Amino acid sequence: MSSGVPGASMSGYAAYVGRRFGQFLLVVFIGINVAYVITHASPIDPVEQSISAVSSYGNTAPGAIEQMRNSLRDLYGLSGTPSEQYVLFWKRILRADFGPSMSAFPTPVATLIGRALPWTVGLLSVSTIVAWGLGNLLGGLAGYYRQNRGLKLMGVIAMGLHPIPYYIVAMLLLIVFGFVWPVLPITGGSTMNLPQTWTLEFVLSVLQHAILPALSLILIGVGSWFLGMRALVSNVLAEEFVLYAELAGVKPWRILTFYVMRNAIVPQVTGLAMSLGGIFNGAVITEKVFGYPGLGSLLVDAVYAGDYGLVLGVTTISILGVSVGVLVIDLMYPLLDPRVKIS
Amino acid sequence: MAVLLRNLLRHSPEFRIGAVLIALVLLLAMLASVSPYPPDIVYVVPPDLPPSPTYWFGTTSRGQDVFWQLSFAIRNTLLFGCTVALTSRVIALTVGLISGYKGGWIDRALMSVNDTLIVIPLLPILVLFYFVMRDQISWLMLALIMACFGWAYDARLIRSVVMSLRAREFTQTCLFSGMSTRQILTEEHLPYVLPIVFSTTMNNMVWSIGLEVTLAVLGFTDIDTPTIGGMIYWANQHAAMVAGVWWWIAFPTLAVVMAFIGLFLLAVSANAYIDPRSRLWTTGGGS
Repeated sequence: MSSGVPGASMSGYAAYVGRRFGQFLLVVFIGINVAYVITHASPIDPVEQSISAVSSYGNTAPGAIEQMRNSLRDLYGLSGTPSEQYVLFWKRILRADFGPSMSAFPTPVATLIGRALPWTVGLLSVSTIVAWGLGNLLGGLAGYYRQNRGLKLMGVIAMGLHPIPYYIVAMLLLIVFGFVWPVLPITGGSTMNLPQTWTLEFVLSVLQHAILPALSLILIGVGSWFLGMRALVSNVLAEEFVLYAELAGVKPWRILTFYVMRNAIVPQVTGLAMSLGGIFNGAVITEKVFGYPGLGSLLVDAVYAGDYGLVLGVTTISILGVSVGVLVIDLMYPLLDPRVKIS
Repeated sequence: MAVLLRNLLRHSPEFRIGAVLIALVLLLAMLASVSPYPPDIVYVVPPDLPPSPTYWFGTTSRGQDVFWQLSFAIRNTLLFGCTVALTSRVIALTVGLISGYKGGWIDRALMSVNDTLIVIPLLPILVLFYFVMRDQISWLMLALIMACFGWAYDARLIRSVVMSLRAREFTQTCLFSGMSTRQILTEEHLPYVLPIVFSTTMNNMVWSIGLEVTLAVLGFTDIDTPTIGGMIYWANQHAAMVAGVWWWIAFPTLAVVMAFIGLFLLAVSANAYIDPRSRLWTTGGGS
């Protein structure tokens, strides 16, 4: 921290923030463009698909089909030249205007997303922080006390759980707590008939409903952070400053926390930023399994209902949300690793 | 190669367990070629029978034998994973080698794209892709689009190895002896990188199969090709857990979990073997 002139370190920090912000803009830009390419450059015409789906149910007047075709083209942003379509696409996204939802007509897509967003953000942030903290703590202990049997066993469990996809773990929890031993609510975000206000009863019910979805996210998350931290700690333990501290008589607990884990935590923060997208993927499917009223359920139901605006809206918001999350982690990074301020 | 396998088998319990699990899964997948029933015909056996000597894993509500259906499903799922892994390896190697060797603005440009792909949440994008393609979505198409997104993490790993190789003396010698960039990369650097590529292949398969299962259980893939996720999708459609047809879900889940843990353990032991320090540690100081 005490390296160089304060002014120099401030400008180093500013340069770092600038670089990270640039990367954030690039992620959003590329992500939105991928969404554009998928929706506009695919050989399948989504409009004709929807029309054939509707007209297959019975006779529809040709005039009505023509009208439907035009209004669908407008909705999908497919009218005009390709460059006009591209500009229109960006305009709609920058204004967060995805039109009315087809499946919950006439509620705007933005309102539906706004309603679902707090659930996902809450579930995802709490379970990610718990999994990351717990995994790092236990992994650090397991790397330091290599002979401890309990921690060794935990390593075996982590290795077995970590590669299993979120869906399977969520389904197993659902079976165990839904069929075998029904003690926890297995669907929804809160008890159905409660008013959604800040009463104690409502908060408790929200917490109770979040246990299973959060648990399945945490079970998988802990494994990967545990294994990562254990490997990092055993690498740091081989460094000379740890040997020096041991010879100098520093207490083992202090060595583990302030000498070893303090250094090993830095790449784990980078790892958190890098795996946020994957964790979000897991949250999508977990929400669907437990009927949790967040973005994931909204996305899947929108596909089933054929609601184009809602699918596009949730995809865009997901890209934006995950990028913001990564940016926040990146901006906190200098607090842990002062080196970024000088380089 | 034989010595390497023997060493791994003898000294690494992870490798032993992983090899056994993968061998079982592969055996099941290979049995698909001697299946008495075609995979896409329904009502060939009496529906809803529990596991018995005739039908080892029971039969589904659609009148299919779970055992033979499973062997087709695991074969297709593994093939899917291999296709994604191999395609994305080609991209990861190309980007990693060029980025690490060239450095400068090429490196910066490639790595910005790379970091972007690492961060982007893929599932919503794949769901959007399915939404647009609908019934036209095919197995190969999904594999290719996943490969286009699944190389980034490993390209970074390869790049870091190549960067350290570039600083070594033999690269200079190659350069002065007139080898072209392509020659240096493919003939000199590639052999050093291949062991890492090998272990990342298995991790990549775990990743892609996981995503495929996720998409398939939602019905967002080509559901007529039997895959593990597809089997679970059909079981859910027929409310198998509620109807008590647990074997329809239990056996596919068991098979795919075995595949995941097996692949992961192989990757872990390969990783440990590549790192010389931990190799000495696992083989007990000798070689």
